[in-house]
Formats: sequence, structure tokens, C-alpha cells
Amino acid sequence: MRYHPLTDADRAAMLAKIGVSDIDALFADIPEAARLTEPLDLPTSRSELEVERAMSALAAKNTSAASVPFFVGAGAYRHHVPASVDHLIQRSEFLTAYTPYQPEIAQGTLQPLFEFQTQVARLTGMEVANASMYDGSTGCAEAVLMAQRLTRRSRAVLSGSLHPHYRDVVETVSRLAGDEVVALPADLAGAEDVAAHIDETVACVVVQTPGVFGNLTDLRPIAEAAHAAGALLIAVFTEVMSLGLIEPPGAMGADIVVGEGQSIGNGLNYGGPYVGLFATRQKYLRQMPGRLCGETVDADGRRGYTLTLSTREQHIRRDKATSNICTNSGLCCLAFTIHMSLLGDLGLTRLAKLNHANAVLLADGLASVPGVEVINETFFNEFAIRVPGNAADVIEALAQKGVLGGVPFSRLDPQAGLDDVILVASTEINTDTDRAAYVSALTEVLA
Amino acid sequence: MSMNTQGRPSAPADGTASAAPETFTGNKALMIEEPLLFEIGHVDNCGVDVPDAPDIGSRLGGLERSEPAGLPGLSEPEAMRHYVRLSQKNYAIDLGIYPLGSCTMKHNPRLNEKMARLPGFADVHPLQPQSSVPGALELIDTLAGWLKEMTGMAAVAMSPKAGAHGELCGMMAIKAALEARGEARSTVLVPASAHGTNPATAALLGYGVKEIPARDDGTVDPQAVADLLDDTVAGIMLTNPNTCGLFERDVIAIADAVHKAGAYFYCDGANFNAIVGKARPGDLGIDAMHINLHKTFSTPHGGGGPGAGPVVFSQALAPFAPLPEVVGEGDDLRLAEHRADLPQSFGRLTAFHGQMGMFVRALAYMMAHGSDGLRRASEDAVLNANYVRAGLSDLMSLPFGDRVCMHEVLFDDAFLKDTGVTTLDFAKAMIDEGYHPMTMYFPLVVHGAMLIEPTESESKASLDLFIATLRDLAIDARAGKTDRFSGAPYHSPRRRLDETRAARQPRLVWTPAEPVKEAAE
Repeated sequence: MRYHPLTDADRAAMLAKIGVSDIDALFADIPEAARLTEPLDLPTSRSELEVERAMSALAAKNTSAASVPFFVGAGAYRHHVPASVDHLIQRSEFLTAYTPYQPEIAQGTLQPLFEFQTQVARLTGMEVANASMYDGSTGCAEAVLMAQRLTRRSRAVLSGSLHPHYRDVVETVSRLAGDEVVALPADLAGAEDVAAHIDETVACVVVQTPGVFGNLTDLRPIAEAAHAAGALLIAVFTEVMSLGLIEPPGAMGADIVVGEGQSIGNGLNYGGPYVGLFATRQKYLRQMPGRLCGETVDADGRRGYTLTLSTREQHIRRDKATSNICTNSGLCCLAFTIHMSLLGDLGLTRLAKLNHANAVLLADGLASVPGVEVINETFFNEFAIRVPGNAADVIEALAQKGVLGGVPFSRLDPQAGLDDVILVASTEINTDTDRAAYVSALTEVLA
Repeated sequence: MSMNTQGRPSAPADGTASAAPETFTGNKALMIEEPLLFEIGHVDNCGVDVPDAPDIGSRLGGLERSEPAGLPGLSEPEAMRHYVRLSQKNYAIDLGIYPLGSCTMKHNPRLNEKMARLPGFADVHPLQPQSSVPGALELIDTLAGWLKEMTGMAAVAMSPKAGAHGELCGMMAIKAALEARGEARSTVLVPASAHGTNPATAALLGYGVKEIPARDDGTVDPQAVADLLDDTVAGIMLTNPNTCGLFERDVIAIADAVHKAGAYFYCDGANFNAIVGKARPGDLGIDAMHINLHKTFSTPHGGGGPGAGPVVFSQALAPFAPLPEVVGEGDDLRLAEHRADLPQSFGRLTAFHGQMGMFVRALAYMMAHGSDGLRRASEDAVLNANYVRAGLSDLMSLPFGDRVCMHEVLFDDAFLKDTGVTTLDFAKAMIDEGYHPMTMYFPLVVHGAMLIEPTESESKASLDLFIATLRDLAIDARAGKTDRFSGAPYHSPRRRLDETRAARQPRLVWTPAEPVKEAAE
């Protein structure tokens, strides 16, 4: 087997040194009744070529985003990732390192984490950020738990702008942790008055902007209402690219900002791995979940970085920890950091403008299709349309015509009664030809 | 001094100075000091060419950014140098043995990276129509099938994002199963040797944690468990093989006692890599167990993730598994995404369906190994750990006696007693020898723990040098040569970091230095 360096002669010599007669003597603690005597009922070992052949056959059955006009978003977005990003994250020293528990020989992981935290804090307009969560949805649930710890209140109000998957994750964790969640109905029109649901029993209000339907929300009045009641505002985004163009939640009074960072540096990967971004105010630092990288000096007085404030974490605090999170999204944050370093303000702003313009062009194009209504007055690179009939059927018919036209809202939330709504995203990857193909396919499907 | 005909020296001069002078740059040949991105980048610089956006008006509703974020950019060559230089300050499994006990740093086959980047896996969206991703569903279903066969369990939840997330998933299923029985139990039993994630997970779900003391031999005494069990206990969280590197030989008796009390048995599967093909958790009475794909099945740790933590379930817990789930058979696979499909499910654990990129890598690893290679990997991992034990047992101290271990061997600091050298010092001295240290001060049940897991990826020659190095260190420590330890590491890109300062004056983001005030006349 190509991955195993020991030879049979090595094994024999090693067993002799250990002083046992055969390998099974090393497994003698396993109760006899539970020892496997037969091989597992699985295929035997395969060459690299054979594995590649089998895997490629499976992959070929899927329609990849690059192969069709592609407008699917709703929490994961297809963007162009520079070739240098993927090259760099595949360097052995990044790819095959462990969590940087020995900082003397892990500055290569730690310094980019410090850069990542700084980038996330600046992008969200907050003071501190952690070294990533699994993804936006789990980060959102952790933010709610953090707000409950900070306010010592248990009730969370979830806006109807929140992605239904995020809502579901928060509800799952809260229900099993014994906390109360008030989820407002899906807010297609962007007209919800979330402030009316805040009172002195509320730990936090969770608002997504751009929302799941694409609408942009001015968070300032909500932050004011929350703070007046002693509650915290958790701002959520699923499209981090939007922060290149719109006012960051930190500048609008948010106390905790969480979101999905996949759009920068990371591919679609059928849902994961992604990278959760988590930022907050300095004063809430010690209630933050997840790993933190901090600056310090070494024995020679040289600047260096190390994981810090680990007294919040499970490996020190055990059942008193702020979270059970351990492994996070290290390599995905590195991809984020490298891509963001290549973009800078200049590239990010230009890219965000291109995304917005492409979405505006698409919205205008789709609005011209008979029977189609574009719902949004405001949006970044994703918006909602209403179609005559069942949205899931329309999306399926579009797929048959070779266009992946978005996400039927009913797939995210079948209970919402919005069976005729499609979420449509357009990024820099879409061309005029893609948009024309969408408009003409949708026209045919609805005819 | 010998020279060639152009007068160019071709061999070092006799009496070459041995002490290295300080360099102007602070660099040491290939080891280059690298500033922060924020010190070398500029907001007007950019490494990505983006076309101009057509000017067609904004739909941002007046919510445009009022000021730029302040993110510096780098051109592509600058970015390459910045991150390549930084990378060279890292230890990595591709450089040498990475003997972190319980973390399982094994070789990461590059075939897996290549497969994960096939457009049919890497460039598909989690919400595109199911009819456009049959291969993705088949891959998930195939991987689930392998995991079930290897563990002898009835079902598997694929969505947990890492080991600790898997623990949460397993304990949520246990809580949901108890609720379905109309029971609200309040306590979870956790051995003293457990990973910190276990009590943290139980506490997150509102359970009180009762600690099971370790037996003198490093394993859990079934009587100690039985003494703690009553109808308030929801379950036990047990790591097997445990974090002392020992197989819990009374695991079946423990499982029986737990089940008799109406509780469930959660197994932390972090160490499953020791027993693949040798024993199946399903035959040990386990109800739920997470599997770290990034440990047992070689998906890269990436400097701290991403992981993937699928959870296998017994028949009793299977109905409570999270959404979504791939259901159906053969060509008729589909994703069950809603409660209407799986009414007893405890709900959704994460936005989409798990770490697909990790699934591809893990399945490629499994297919390459096959049933024969997987068993051999476990055997070699255990063989290597015992070889390290045999090579060091006369000089270093084994807290539970010189007995057979599984895939990792646990030493304590008794052999360093009265030397003035601590476990930390010993570990740091290993860095100077070119090794990543072992896991230190974990598990908590022995003093000054050193937990060594070589994995099956090490050759005999690699282990022989490793053992010889540790022997040399142990001899020096006991001979009172403390200089080698107390200041170590001397040769790494950084020496010991001041962790107290990092925690007391936290600097977690970069801020520009205060502008230097002009000196008054």
C-alpha cells in the first residue's frame, strides 16, 4: 500500500523489539466477542488511477456551475477565485499543519490568522474578530448564545429577513439548550417592524442584511430600539462581498456581526467547507466563542503571535467554556485572507460594484419577462422574483433547458406560503450572454 | 584556502568564524522576517484586475458605505512572497513526524486534493436542483455506506462540521430521544481523561456534568460508572480507545450498565483510527459516535480546520438524526431536507449538508486503502506507537506501567522529577531537534502528560531517529544539562512567546502605530 512505509521485515523486527509474537497481541484489550475476524465487507485497495477513474465518473454526473448560466445563491455564491489563492493554500506548510499550539513553529499559521481577524474587523466595522467559525449559520447560533450570556436573558427575536437555514440552526440549538426563540414570518417585502418585538425580556434581535430576499436594511433604528431595551443587535450577512459597497453593520450600531465568508477565497463545494466570520465589540471579547490569535513578543523581544484568551475555551474551561468549538475553518480563513489581500479596498469595491451592476441588469431583464415580478426596491447582488405558478417547477424546467436560475424559496422554507418566489443571484461571473439565456429560457418556460 | 583559476574561493577558509554575526535585515538566509500585510500593502494596490462596472444606477437605497474599510491590497507577486515566506515558518506533516497524541497527524495523500477539486464536486452549489447533482448524492451515500460498514452502526448523520460539532449532534439526538420518551434527564457522565469538548458539549445542552474518576490503570471502572448511574443520567460520553492510548476493555459491561439505566452511550470517536477493521463500535454497545474525517481518514488539518465530523447512530437513535439526510437507494437518491420528510429529526445543525470537500477526500482515502489497507493502517499505527513505547520505556515514565498501548503512548513527567526540566521544556527542546512536540499536559489525569501518536505514516527509520533523539534528551535532562531545555527553542523562527502578555493586554487586530510627535524646538 503506497501510503504505508513499513515493510514486512520492519514489522517483524518491531514486533520482536516490542516483545510480542504477532500484531494481534497488541489488540488483546479488545473484548474477544467484539474482535473482527473477517475483513470488512468493502472493496480492497486500489491504485491512484483506479480511484481517480471512479471519482471522476461520479463527479461527471453533476452539473458544475461553470458549465451553465448560473444564478444560484441563497447563502453560497459563485465568485472567481484567483489561481494564486488555491496554489498558496496547497503549500504543505499550510495544508498539513495542525492547530498552532506550538507558536514557535507555527507563525506561518498565526500571522495570517491575525491578518484575518484584522480584515474581518475592518470589513464589518467592528473592533475585534475571532479566528473563524464553521460557517455563517453555526456562527449565528453561537452569536445568539453569546448574547444570552451577556444579557442573562434567554429570548431571541429572529427577523423574517434571516435565512431560514440560519433560523433553523438557531432554533435547533436554542430548543435543545432550553432557550426561547421568536421567529418572525418571512419578510418578502422588507417591510417588517422588528423593533416592535423588542422588549426588556429580549436578549438579542437577529437581522440579516442583505436579507434572504435581498433587501437591504438600515440597522440604525433597530440598534437604537435594542439598546434602549438592554438587548443586543446581531447583524447577519450571507454574502460578504456586499460589505464592499454597503455600510457595514458596525457603523450602524450592531453589537455582534456574523456571516458567511465563503464568497472570498472559497468555492461552492456543494455546501462546505466554508468559513464563518464573527466580530464584536472589544468590551464583549471575553464572551466570544472560538479561537483568538493575539500579538505578543518572544524571549528575544521579537514580535510574534499566539493563540490567546484560551481560558474561554473548552480545552481549559471544559463545562464552563463559552463554546464547545475546537477545530474551526483554518485553511478556509487562509484562503479568505489571501484573496482579500489581493483585492484590498480597491479590488473589493470594484468587484462589489460589478456584482451589483450585474444584478441590476438581470433584475431589469427578468422584469421584462411576461408574468414575472421583481419584488425588491433595494438589493446588492441577489433579489426575489415572483413567477406565475410553482417556483420549484419553474426552476426544474429551467434546469432542463440548461439554466440554473436560482433557488425556489419553498425549498428553504416550505411553510412560508411563498411557493411562487425565486431567489436569484448574479455575480461577476455572469456575462450578457448568460443573462440573455436566462431571460429567454424563463420566457419560454412561462409561455 | 583553495581557489579556482579566477581566484574564486572553492572551499571554506581554515578557521572560519563560528559565531554568526547579526544580519542587517534580521533575516537568517532562507528564514526571512515578514511584516504584516498592513505594513506592506496599500489601499491603492490590487492583485486582481476587475472590469469596470456599467454605470446603470444603484439600488442600494442610500445604504452605501460612508468610508472605505481600510483594507490594503498587494499585487500578485507581493502576495505570493508574503504568504510563501510566512509558510516557511510552519512545521508540517510533510516536513517530519508530527506526533500530537489524539490529533492524528498522518500523511495527507495529494490524490485527495486533486479529487476534491474536480469541478463536479468543487463547483456545485448546495441548492442547485437535486436532479443536477446525482453524483454528489451518490458520493455522500457511498461514504455513508463505508462508515456504516466500518462501524457496524445503523445510520450516519453527515452534516456535522467537525468533531465537536459531531459531539453536539450526537448529544442532541440523545436529548431528543429522551424527550420522545417523555423524559428530561439532567446529567451526563464524563471520564476525567476526556477531551474538553465532551463536558463543554454536555453543558451547552444544559446538562450537569459528573466526572468519572480514572482507575489506577488509566481505564474506566464499570463499577464506578454503575455507582453514578440513575434515572437522572442521560448518557455517558466515553472516548475509546481513550486518551491514555488504552482500549477500554470493560466497554461492553459499561454499555450494558448504561442501557440498563435507560441512558445512552456516546463514544468520542477521535481515536477510531486505532481500531478500523479490528473492531466495530456497533459491537461494543455504542449508540452514537462521531468520526473525525480529518484524523482517521486523512483530510488535511489545514492549520486548524476545516474538519468534518459525521456521526454514526444505533437503531435507537437513528430516527432523531439531523436534517438534511440523503435517502433512497441506487439511482433513486434524494435529499430529505424538511421535517415533513423526517418527523422525529431533532432539526437542522448547519446551513447545508456538511463538509462535501472533506467527504470527497475521505472517500478517496478509503477507496485507495480498501478493507485490507484500512486494517493495515490501524495495525501499523498501533505497531508504531508500541515501538516508540518499547524504545523509551526504560528512560521515560509510563504512568500505567509498561503495558501494550493502542495508537498512542502516554508518558508522564515522573522521569523529570528533580531535574528542573518540565514537560514544556522537554517539548520545546524537541523543536530545536527539528520535531514538532507531542501533545502536552493532556490528558489531565496524569502529571505533566506527554502523549505521543506517531501514526502509520512513519517509517521505521523515522521512528528510530525520533526515539534516539528523545533518549538523548531524557539522558541530558536527567544529567542536569538544563540549558538545553530551559531556554529552548533556540533555533525556531520565534523563541518562546509571552503568552501571559498576549492574554493580559490582548491585541487581536492590527492598529497603526501612534504617529511620532514632532520634537519641539
